[in-house]
Amino acid sequence: MTTEIEFGLNSFGDVPSDAGRTLTDPETVRLLVDEAKLAERVGLDVFSLGEHYREGHVDSATPVLLAGIATATERIRLGTAVTVLSTNDPVRLYNEFSTLDALSNGRAQLVLGRASQTQSFPLFGYELEDYEHLFEEKLDLFMKLQREMPTTWQGTVRSPLTNQTLHPTMRPGGIPTWIGVGGSPESVVRAARYGLPLMLAIIGGQPERFAGHVDLYFRALEQFGLPRLPVGQHALGLIADTDEEAAETWWRSWEPLVTQMGRERGFYPPTRDRYELELATGALFVGSPETVAQKIVRMTDELQINRFDLKYDIGGLPVDARARTIELFGTRVAPRVRELLAEKADDREQQPVGATHE
Amino acid sequence: MSEPTPSLPTVGILGAGKVGTVLSRLLLSAGYRVLIAASGDPSRIALIVDVLAPGAVALTAAEVAREADVVILALPLGKYRSIPADLLEGKLVIDAMNYWWEIDGIRADLDDPRTSTSELVQDFLPASRVVKAFNHMGYHDLDEGPSAAGAADRKAIGIAGDDDAALTEAAALVDAAGFDPVRVGTLRDSVSLQPHSELFGANLPAAGVRDAAARFSSTERGREVAAARAGAPALRPR
Ligand SMILES: NC(=O)c1ccc[n+]([C@@H]2O[C@H](COP(=O)([O-])OP(=O)(O)OC[C@H]3O[C@@H](n4cnc5c(N)ncnc54)[C@H](OP(=O)(O)O)[C@@H]3O)[C@@H](O)[C@H]2O)c1
Repeated sequence: MTTEIEFGLNSFGDVPSDAGRTLTDPETVRLLVDEAKLAERVGLDVFSLGEHYREGHVDSATPVLLAGIATATERIRLGTAVTVLSTNDPVRLYNEFSTLDALSNGRAQLVLGRASQTQSFPLFGYELEDYEHLFEEKLDLFMKLQREMPTTWQGTVRSPLTNQTLHPTMRPGGIPTWIGVGGSPESVVRAARYGLPLMLAIIGGQPERFAGHVDLYFRALEQFGLPRLPVGQHALGLIADTDEEAAETWWRSWEPLVTQMGRERGFYPPTRDRYELELATGALFVGSPETVAQKIVRMTDELQINRFDLKYDIGGLPVDARARTIELFGTRVAPRVRELLAEKADDREQQPVGATHE
Repeated sequence: MSEPTPSLPTVGILGAGKVGTVLSRLLLSAGYRVLIAASGDPSRIALIVDVLAPGAVALTAAEVAREADVVILALPLGKYRSIPADLLEGKLVIDAMNYWWEIDGIRADLDDPRTSTSELVQDFLPASRVVKAFNHMGYHDLDEGPSAAGAADRKAIGIAGDDDAALTEAAALVDAAGFDPVRVGTLRDSVSLQPHSELFGANLPAAGVRDAAARFSSTERGREVAAARAGAPALRPR
């Protein structure tokens, strides 16, 4: 059961609009710094950026952007959502994030994934069908660098290292590193095997169906002799003053995005019915602060999450809708979720001895 | 978990990922004995099977192919040539695979409108009876969607194949899993269940699946497939 929860804000560097005008890429880059500052001001715990290499996204040089944000903020932790480890060099990644961690005074963290988007493979000269092997070996090296320095390592995906020390060196044990998974049970077991917390990327369908994955994760940790580790959920959404406003604003950006994705992958455009279903019982966290807070609390029950990350940007969304989401997430949703969790904890304490829920 | 019903065929599933574990669950709860494999040693998926498909038996792919009466293919299509073809002789093989370039890489051979990918699979398994099924519905809809036969708004799965008896057996399996089976034609016609077709991703009741299959030839994709097929003969690698 969840009693404490952290809130993260995720951006894929989506280019927004402002009064009907599409922002330029450089404007979007600067906006992200302002949004991270706003996230800090409203009390959110983490600000994380993705890694994409396509039109409409400016989050290609994630650590550079995070470094900029680091010097403009003081408390908020800075992470990724997700870093495509398969096409990164783990040594380079280590250097970037040890530097970020130094610069931000210990606020750096990472979520590592196999491949949520595929553009980095041809761009950096990798074969898509190798993604599994690339990820496995690179994770092995990256965790070794974080956990045993100097590092000796040998593999097939890059040149070997012999007694190598990197600088700046990370704090002992490295920075908080999560594994992002999209539903593959094997990735869940891998996160447990490395003793890394699990970030569930749930972008469609009923989130409850991941309960089995959470169970699998806990069982795997147990089998590897490790203590329980945090589980997080990455979700898409928008918070506005009313449910209707949120639903309409999100639909205007979501519908063309999913239509485009469908064109690339071979499925038909989303229907309004399907959208309404995603709002009501599915993976979208779109609504008023109360609606979104209630849905998050439901996730703490169903999925035992102790971290909830909201991806608040989606192509073409007006800048003020983004700002409003961040503000309401920090000032209304987060406190409301904590309040509801505290109430539930009280209820539990007041249960007579011997009473059971399950 | 229910005990397997002895009169039912034993189902083997190749692939213990998102789709393989969901189909295992559905068929286990319908009373089938389910054997499941990934690419490697069964010990690697023991925990996954235990938690996500309790009751299924984890074996090697060869063991599953040998021991099962019916085998469902739930592995990446790009790896279809690693299926133990000789062990599947004479069996019903249900192809739930799709060409998904993000996993399979860019493969012209799997993306040729002249040939359905299930025809490629049938060619690779010449002594098996291949039926396409369970491919067009997203795994989360498969997971959330099953309901009892006759239920209002029961969701349907399009199936396609060349052998009538095989289609009947496959239909029984789809029905047992919790969906109305809808025949949409031969393996050649199964392009209408593949990516780029209206049915791909569809989570509809039987009438919706039937209608979408019927209008396939008049859709943009249907015309593209017809035009490609009217031209040069398809390349079907052996
Ligand atoms: N995802 C969906 O919503 C969906 C829906 C309908 C159909 N499909 C199709 O179903 C298939 C599986 O998709 P998925 O999403 O379940 O993928 P997945 O989660 O990546 O799982 C693939 C599974 O196949 C196994 N595998 C690989 N090579 C194998 C081999 N030679 N023999 C036996 N098992 C092997 C993998 O095991 P290792 O880890 O050992 O490689 C893994 O367990 C694909 O063809 C896909 O297009 C997917």
